[in-house]
Amino acid sequence: MKTIKDINAIKEQMQAKLIARDTANTETETRILVGMATCGIAAGAKPVFDTLMDEIAKRGLKNVRVTRTGCIGMCKLEPIVEVIVPNEPKVTYIKVDSNVAKRIVAEHIVNGNIVKENIVGE
Amino acid sequence: MRELALNILDIVENSVSAGSSIIEIDISVKDNMLTISIKDNGCGISSDMLKNITDPFVTSRTTRKVGMGIPLFKMASENSGGDFSIKSTKGVGTVVTATFVVDNIDRPPLGNIASTFSGLVYMNSDIRYILKYNNNGKSFVVDTKEIEDNLDGIPINEYEVVKFIEDMIKENMLESGGIL
Repeated sequence: MKTIKDINAIKEQMQAKLIARDTANTETETRILVGMATCGIAAGAKPVFDTLMDEIAKRGLKNVRVTRTGCIGMCKLEPIVEVIVPNEPKVTYIKVDSNVAKRIVAEHIVNGNIVKENIVGE
Repeated sequence: MRELALNILDIVENSVSAGSSIIEIDISVKDNMLTISIKDNGCGISSDMLKNITDPFVTSRTTRKVGMGIPLFKMASENSGGDFSIKSTKGVGTVVTATFVVDNIDRPPLGNIASTFSGLVYMNSDIRYILKYNNNGKSFVVDTKEIEDNLDGIPINEYEVVKFIEDMIKENMLESGGIL
């Protein structure tokens, strides 16, 4: 069973990774906001958040940050994910599940193609 | 809400927006009674607001006039034969406590506490989170302050650290009597 002392094992590899991160430009950070008020959580925002977090780590994306946000007043369309790429208009995705979350990372964040099926208003 | 862990995720957000620096999540099972309490040192709730806090049409949010977080948690507890209470002192903090009858058919499963807790650390890493778990005497405590002290300056919200916390809680919970 893991205890706090086992954290030493991952510290060394972490330090190397953080040095690499320091050289990354924070002004070009992409933000992914997941709606996690009561409505979002009830609609399944938690697994979406977890998938986004996992996909970003798996791909080693350095300039991407997933954060929690509140209710933006479209509870019926939750889970809602907003993607803010610097110098580009904000994209709002609706009815996101784990599969769509994977596509958002692969197609939008990595390759720059918006996942059209799930954007608001389509 | 399908799992109590999701209720916890939701209620803790209230503590975060109340400006808390310490949030304690206490889960204990004694015989057939499950108690979940969430304690914070945030700004507290005024006595006027507190009177009506379980009313779904009372909310602090501004996008619309409905707030379902506390009513849903209260309903989950009362539907399974438990009780719900919320105590708060302005400037001191708030304690939300819900009890559940473990073998009641209407009790929602506890859900993934490990991923909820580690997720909270990832989202708001500047807050000190404490998880106390006690299942009929088998217990453990996870305190993010203690983890940070062992990290030598590595941010606690790094993915690897967050996953470590999740695994550690998962293993400790299995050791303390399995899935609820």
